[in-house]
Amino acid sequence: MRYAIFDKIGLRRGKPRGTGCGKGRRRCCAGATGECRCGLDAMEPGERCTIRRLCGCGPVRQRLLDLGFQPGREVRMVRNAPLLDPIELQLDDSFIVLRRREAAQIQVRHD
Amino acid sequence: MTEPRTPSLVALAGQQNAGKSTLFNLLTGLQQHIANYPGVTVDKKYGGYTARGRRFDVVDLPGAYSLSPFSLEERVARSFLLTEAPDVVVNVLDATNLRRALPLTFQLLEMGAPVVVALNMMDAADRRGLEIDLDALERRLCVPVVPVVGRRGVGEAELRSAIAETAAAGRVVPATLNYGPLEKEVARIQATLSAEPALYGISARWLAVKLLEGDSEAEALLADRMENPHGLLDELYRARSAFETQHGLSAGDHICACRDSHAAEIAAACVTDTRAGEVPVSERIDRVLLNRFLAPVFLVATIWAIYQLSIVQGYQLTEVTWPILATFRSFVGGLLPDPGFLTDPQLRAMGLWTVDSMNTLLSYVPIFLILFALIAILEDSGYMARIAFILDRILHRFGLHGQSTLPFILAGVFAGGCAVPGVMATKGIPDARARLATILTVPFMNCMAKIPLYALIINIWFPQAKGLMLFYLSTFTVIAALLVAKLLTTSLLRKEETAPFVMELPSYHLPTISGVMHRAFSRTWLYIRKVATVVLAVATVIYALLQFPGVPAERQLDYQSQAEAAIARFYAEMATNPLRTEVQEPARLVRLVTLQTDFAAEIKSAETQAARAALADALRRDHPDAALFLLPDATPDARAANAALQTLSETRAELRRELRRDRLESSFLGYVGRGLEPVTRFADFDWKINVALLTSFAARENSVATFGVLYDQDDGQNLSLEERMGATQLAEGRSAVSSVALLLFFALYPPCLATVIAVRMQTGSLNWMLFSIAFPTLLGLATASAVFTLASALGLTGLQAMAAVHALALGVLILVALPKPWLARLGAQPTVEAAE
Ligand SMILES: Nc1nc2c(ncn2[C@@H]2O[C@H](COP(=O)(O)OP(=O)(O)OP(=O)(O)O)[C@@H](O)[C@H]2O)c(=O)[nH]1
Ligand SMILES: [Mg+2]
Repeated sequence: MRYAIFDKIGLRRGKPRGTGCGKGRRRCCAGATGECRCGLDAMEPGERCTIRRLCGCGPVRQRLLDLGFQPGREVRMVRNAPLLDPIELQLDDSFIVLRRREAAQIQVRHD
Repeated sequence: MTEPRTPSLVALAGQQNAGKSTLFNLLTGLQQHIANYPGVTVDKKYGGYTARGRRFDVVDLPGAYSLSPFSLEERVARSFLLTEAPDVVVNVLDATNLRRALPLTFQLLEMGAPVVVALNMMDAADRRGLEIDLDALERRLCVPVVPVVGRRGVGEAELRSAIAETAAAGRVVPATLNYGPLEKEVARIQATLSAEPALYGISARWLAVKLLEGDSEAEALLADRMENPHGLLDELYRARSAFETQHGLSAGDHICACRDSHAAEIAAACVTDTRAGEVPVSERIDRVLLNRFLAPVFLVATIWAIYQLSIVQGYQLTEVTWPILATFRSFVGGLLPDPGFLTDPQLRAMGLWTVDSMNTLLSYVPIFLILFALIAILEDSGYMARIAFILDRILHRFGLHGQSTLPFILAGVFAGGCAVPGVMATKGIPDARARLATILTVPFMNCMAKIPLYALIINIWFPQAKGLMLFYLSTFTVIAALLVAKLLTTSLLRKEETAPFVMELPSYHLPTISGVMHRAFSRTWLYIRKVATVVLAVATVIYALLQFPGVPAERQLDYQSQAEAAIARFYAEMATNPLRTEVQEPARLVRLVTLQTDFAAEIKSAETQAARAALADALRRDHPDAALFLLPDATPDARAANAALQTLSETRAELRRELRRDRLESSFLGYVGRGLEPVTRFADFDWKINVALLTSFAARENSVATFGVLYDQDDGQNLSLEERMGATQLAEGRSAVSSVALLLFFALYPPCLATVIAVRMQTGSLNWMLFSIAFPTLLGLATASAVFTLASALGLTGLQAMAAVHALALGVLILVALPKPWLARLGAQPTVEAAE
């Protein structure tokens, strides 16, 4: 609900267009079964969830995988930056910051 | 098994911020740049040491999270490991985050590299309450594991001996990791590859896994080495798609997941968290420092503190160091040939010019020392990464990156920085496009050397609105930098590679005093060396351009005869004076005149009666013969001699000034300045301003010095440069509006030479260097011309013109920065349709 407002005034960036590879997102959503639209960027600070899959392709996706964003792992949204973007996430012992645009490529399931 | 090479090659590999450079410095005794910030080392660095009579060459590799070919650092690390096949790979792991570090270790092992694991940051792991079972870890990895604390040198000896033993043992059999359902395919392809003679020397298993991952560089390697790789590539493609349809997951993802779960398993088996569930200290600090509402407050406070301590306090310190530099100048002056009556010997003029250029530069050293020490503290503590996190949103809007903050601060966001360290600090920005944009916009900031000209012009034309004008100028430059960054990234730099902002926040470390001091000194030294050499060279060139071709011979003769006439007049006046014997030889007369000039200047700058008396005493002591003339007693003879001498030295000063101006006008630079007048006319710059701007290319301080020569005062006047320039310019029909044009041009002026060299170094391209000169010049000229022409047409005053320019720039900035929901909606429409 809260983000709908940001959407209106445009504070949140537009729908991710996938970085470099346009069909990545669509392919990802085609295979999913309903609640797939829940990206990591839609979480509130303090929430926990489990990673389902990573959309997109190329360097960003690889870097995210290497940093530990593996399907099945639990992430916690720690906080927003003062201007709401980027966001800080916690994966076990590491704290990782990334822009919402990239976070949107990580699809999650709420526990 | 091959014989170990002499010297042995040791590579330091590991993830970003694991402490590779720290260990490199520990092993080699060198001083690689270290910071608590991921991705500091971006290129490999070489060093070495000798132990047990053997030589070890050590290479510090950039941090790599894995050996994929996607990012530059990872490509550098990987191709080094592949092509150089080091005798030992020291895999540096962050003990506090074993699970994330291990996948890289597996890849190194798979490559068949002889690995020594250096488990770094053991102190931090202890503090975190992590108990690591080293024996178990060693058993699981089948390689030596050495616990170290790089920062304090703990475990150094053990690490050295482990390296030596591994180097002596020679090559090892690659370890394997079981890939579950993919294992059969891996084994099959591995067998095919190992039967291929063309691929000798590359671990077949590693290559098989990489090929199944769909790694483009591995495929390129295959195509490079094999005559006909197509059969194999087709087979790989089939294997990959078969796996994907069967398991609903790409082979690459599966391999990645296998590594991760294996790492998780080992980490769980070897690490006991005695304080599980506790909030880490860094996170507790961040709850305050990164609090949504407090974060901007802390950030502003930090930047303000840096500014206060380095620029304001450092400036106070320069008052201590300046006399030292002045002493140095007079010392050099004493060594050089004595000044002549009309012209000084070329050697003296050039020597002093060089010393002056160097001194302006060295006078900033205290500021740099403090600045670099503070930056080192910021970097080491880990707050720098947080600054990037806080500001990324704003900077990203303009095509920049969170990490562009530091370069801008260094270059002087407010007033008084230096673009050279600013450009240097762009090194860590991972996004190539944002990095180039940062490099090209950093010189717009208000470096320390722009301030004197600002002050000069503002004092002449806006004495009542000094603060306001400075505020306008310093904010205008920031606005201009952001707008130019946006312009460049959406046009010229559009095609450059960009990288997302994905960064691990390092945990806070307490900076060590020795580390901070060392960094401050070594960076300052680097600055002195790099910039001093360049500025010296250029100062010489500019000197030559200002001296030659010189005044035509007949005018030279004219000056000469005027000087002789003045001397003759002096002797005539002294004809009956008994003191005449003292100055019989011309050489003594010249010395006396020089002394008189210096003494008069000293007396003028002395503030108290006591100081003047002290100066007089010193003169009596050091030059008793000259004191007769300069400090006349009551006798009429002495007074007459003093008066005659004063007339002579005033005439001399005037002649020298005229000659200097004449020489400047007929110098190469003078010609160029005149030649540019048709172009700069629209901004109301005359040749004098052109020459000043040209000389300020070497070092910006030069502009004021050149104005000093160009607007020379006439005889007997004791006016400041402000008054002289103001009077002359008014007489020439100039107005405050033309001074605004000049200020704006100077604000956007191309980077000085030292910065241009830094740009060349950081971009590695001559074209960008030339662009960094040409673009601001054109932009500045266009802005200045437009402002002058429009403001004159509209009849605005200088202050109004400046305010209008400022408001306009601010308006454009807000327009660019504000979210444009209508654009997003336009862009979003087709996407929605496509999804339905
Ligand atoms: N507490 C602790 N800190 C350490 C230790 N070793 C290094 N550090 C700190 O960790 C930070 C990173 O060290 P670097 O040597 O720059 O790391 P790097 O692996 O070269 O990093 P990149 O070049 O960015 O990949 C620095 O702030 C070091 O002072 C250690 O043993 N204990
Ligand atoms: Mg490093």
